[in-house]
Amino acid sequence: MNILSLFVLIPVLTLCGLLLCKGDNIRQIRTIVATGASLLLVLAVGLVIAFLNERAGGNNADMLFTANAVWYEPLNIHYSVGVDGISVLMLLLSAIIVFTGTFASWKMPFQQKEYFIWFYLLSVGVFGFFISLDLFTMFMFYEVALIPMYLLIGVWGSGKKEYAAMKLTLMLMGGSALLLVGILGIYFHSAGAGSPLTMNITEIAKSSVMPVELQRWFFPLTFIGFGVLGALFPFHTWSPDGHASAPTAVSMLHAGVLMKLGGYGCFRVAIFLMPEAARELSWIFIILTGVSVVYGAYSAIVQTDLKYINAYSSVSHCGLVLFAILMLNQTAMTGAVLQMLSHGLMTALFFALIGMIYGRTHTRDIREMGGLMKVIPFLGACYVIAGLASLGLPGLSGFVAEMSVFVGAFQETDTFHRIFTIIACTSIVITAVYILRVVGKLLYGGIVNEHHLELTDAVWYERFSVIVLIVAIAGIGLAPLWLSNVIQDSLVPVLNQLNF
Amino acid sequence: MGYANFLYMKEELSLVAVIVILLLYDIFGSQKSLRYFQPVACVLLLVHTLVNLLPSGEAVAFGGMYHNTPIGNIVKSILSFGTLLVFMQAGNWLQSEKIIIRRGEFYVVTLSTLLGMYFMISAGHFLMYFIGIELASIPTATLVAYDKYRNKSAEAAAKYILSAVFASGLSLYGLSLIYGTTGSLYFTDVPAKLDGSPIQLMAFAFFFVGLGFKLSLVPFHQWTPDTYEGAPTSVTAYLSVISKGSAAFVLMALLFKVFAPLVKEWQAILYGIIILTITLANIFAIRQQNIKRFFAYSSISQAGYIMLGVIGGNALGMTGLVYYVLVYMLSNLAAFGVISIVEHRSGKVTIDDYNGLYATNPRLSVVMMLALFSLAGIPPFAGFFSKFFIFAAAAEQGFYVLVFIALLNTIISLYYYLRIVKAMFINKSDAPIAGFTSDAYTRVSLLVCSLGILLLGIASCVYENIGRFSFGM
Repeated sequence: MNILSLFVLIPVLTLCGLLLCKGDNIRQIRTIVATGASLLLVLAVGLVIAFLNERAGGNNADMLFTANAVWYEPLNIHYSVGVDGISVLMLLLSAIIVFTGTFASWKMPFQQKEYFIWFYLLSVGVFGFFISLDLFTMFMFYEVALIPMYLLIGVWGSGKKEYAAMKLTLMLMGGSALLLVGILGIYFHSAGAGSPLTMNITEIAKSSVMPVELQRWFFPLTFIGFGVLGALFPFHTWSPDGHASAPTAVSMLHAGVLMKLGGYGCFRVAIFLMPEAARELSWIFIILTGVSVVYGAYSAIVQTDLKYINAYSSVSHCGLVLFAILMLNQTAMTGAVLQMLSHGLMTALFFALIGMIYGRTHTRDIREMGGLMKVIPFLGACYVIAGLASLGLPGLSGFVAEMSVFVGAFQETDTFHRIFTIIACTSIVITAVYILRVVGKLLYGGIVNEHHLELTDAVWYERFSVIVLIVAIAGIGLAPLWLSNVIQDSLVPVLNQLNF
Repeated sequence: MGYANFLYMKEELSLVAVIVILLLYDIFGSQKSLRYFQPVACVLLLVHTLVNLLPSGEAVAFGGMYHNTPIGNIVKSILSFGTLLVFMQAGNWLQSEKIIIRRGEFYVVTLSTLLGMYFMISAGHFLMYFIGIELASIPTATLVAYDKYRNKSAEAAAKYILSAVFASGLSLYGLSLIYGTTGSLYFTDVPAKLDGSPIQLMAFAFFFVGLGFKLSLVPFHQWTPDTYEGAPTSVTAYLSVISKGSAAFVLMALLFKVFAPLVKEWQAILYGIIILTITLANIFAIRQQNIKRFFAYSSISQAGYIMLGVIGGNALGMTGLVYYVLVYMLSNLAAFGVISIVEHRSGKVTIDDYNGLYATNPRLSVVMMLALFSLAGIPPFAGFFSKFFIFAAAAEQGFYVLVFIALLNTIISLYYYLRIVKAMFINKSDAPIAGFTSDAYTRVSLLVCSLGILLLGIASCVYENIGRFSFGM
């Protein structure tokens, strides 16, 4: 059994286990999900170690741990898996967030079983996406990850949940509609005359026979298709509503991992397979992502709902991921991957904390809260740490990521790139403004609402998930070098494609 | 004429045998023994389906009037299997007070229309085809009018029969023009004489109306919502999948085999019709309140998607179409199975009535959700795969814009399919449908449909086996 297939198998088995157990047996349900989540985390850590060993042992193949089985023979669709450094890190990120998300939703108010069934179906999609090397299975897993969101938000969400759920689902499906056309286009131009068509990403990249005129059509379709999930301006509007309405763990998983599917897909499919068009058309998307970065940050300043603030900040940070990818050079792309990791952990931490605060105060409006540091010091301190990571304090993950992104972006010396790099840089300052504003209002100053004096601090499962996330964030910040080595190795094939 | 020719028609003959047995049983069976009509009909049809599955090669009989192809056989098996599922779901309704004395006829008449479809599929001559389509249409009208004490049912039947007659009149006129310009009605002779002259194009257009009506493609779809709403639910299910599936396959086979010389022309016509069908049906479906009307529009738009397999004229398209019909059949029958049992137990048929169904009838809601997700093309359910293959078939021939428009339409369709999911899972209701247990037949049929929806996509062998017998132009 291939180690990568376990990433799909474990959530599927967890799901089956949940289907079998009774809805009111909460103990049993928790045992199952905790086991599933822990196994995934162990597996992901094991995979990272195994991967590093292989690389240290001199295995220089583009993709490791590959497995291949024919699925639909007439169309040459394979179940084909393999990982490089980037996907390994993404799998680790997903496993951490699924793990912490499971503990963050330890106490769901109702229909716990159904909630976890959808949650794990979502994670099947996420893990499957990151291990796939075949466009078809990749697309399939991508869509598997989309639809559970509808019910997760619609049933267990808060606020304008039905509106948000529908908006999110339809916009993301719209993105995947564009994407499917792109994928079909790539597939039917994947091999020269005489050789069989293929869906395998590495093989398509090797043959690279798609003429530039067609790439000009299919690149934007694919890029926007993934970009919708990566909150590309102006297709980001699902994100604030969706994240604000979703239940805590779903916000964590969605902002932390699902939005990374967008960035990863842009990188792995759009740019890797259509490099000529990527070079030609990157300027359009640099403008759009530049807008995402700055606009998201400015919007976050004026929001008063904690979740909206964080959602807009996600738009800004994920915009930065796409922005960095589009710089098409090594440093910036390394930064993009680091930013994906860093933002994934950070935003998950934020959403977890917001969920916990909301669960106590029953409001997310920062005008109705204040001085919470005195009553819930643990959550308050963690919020400060998350905030500092978000605004790029050295020693935490945000600094490393943004540093590489902007250093990479400055390597492009023409005026256009310069201007947009400088514009994007301003987001650092704006980020500081909205983070410090929230921290100041929420945690310091006098207590606004007397009832808040009676709040209790985090309990064990809350502390547990928060600490795991903080350790990971600090880990990236303190030891970024091995990460960037892993990433840089894996960027080589893409950069070779780009330099044709 | 050699009687040996009849041996090639084993599907038709075994179906006739089933019809005759059921007819005699209905006439001569005692009141007491007639209680077992449903199991007997189901078992006989099951046996017939299994006989169908035996491989049989390509054969031409009766001087070319009858042409049996392996892919046609597959389609026949799919259709008879679907009819079996409809029979299993119809039991409840046929037990009701006013219908029970006529329950035997339902099975006999339905199987007659199935026989008509068999002849359509295996026709080698336009007359044979025409007899088939008439045999498939006219008894259907009696099925639609089955609840004759209900005004809506009678009205639906009147609408259906008038439109059907009009459509087949036009179709027959088209055939006469074909005969006039080519001098033959044999499928093998006609293509050589087709040169694309205006009169032949007119003939083609008229001919197309006949099948366009059965498929309820826009602009021949006007009868569909009224008929679907008025007809008994089991009949609606039958109309929406079996009748439609057979028409789709026959249209494709005729376009590929007979009208191949006019490929540019029919592709242009289909291009417009597909866009119109999918878009209009989707837009109308959004505002429906009655769930049967809703599924009428949904099935119109699904027919548009099915046509994407035809337009490319390639083998990939044929495989995709047959596979799509199979998946669509299972999904739609799952949905109609739920609608039928809910209507029977509670008398409720609007979408709002389904509010909070999950709380009272969780299993039915899950089956319905599977069906809706499959219809909307959400993985890992079979509908995703069938949609993908159909899109791939059209894209292979370069119809990217069409695929794009169809894909944008899937978003609209997702919206309205999610409306029902939302009603069942999210909305709360003051007066939800009370919990009930379904009868065994319905349960088995829903189980079969659900398994099909879950497994057909994952198990690639079904698609590959269909693909083995498909052919392009």
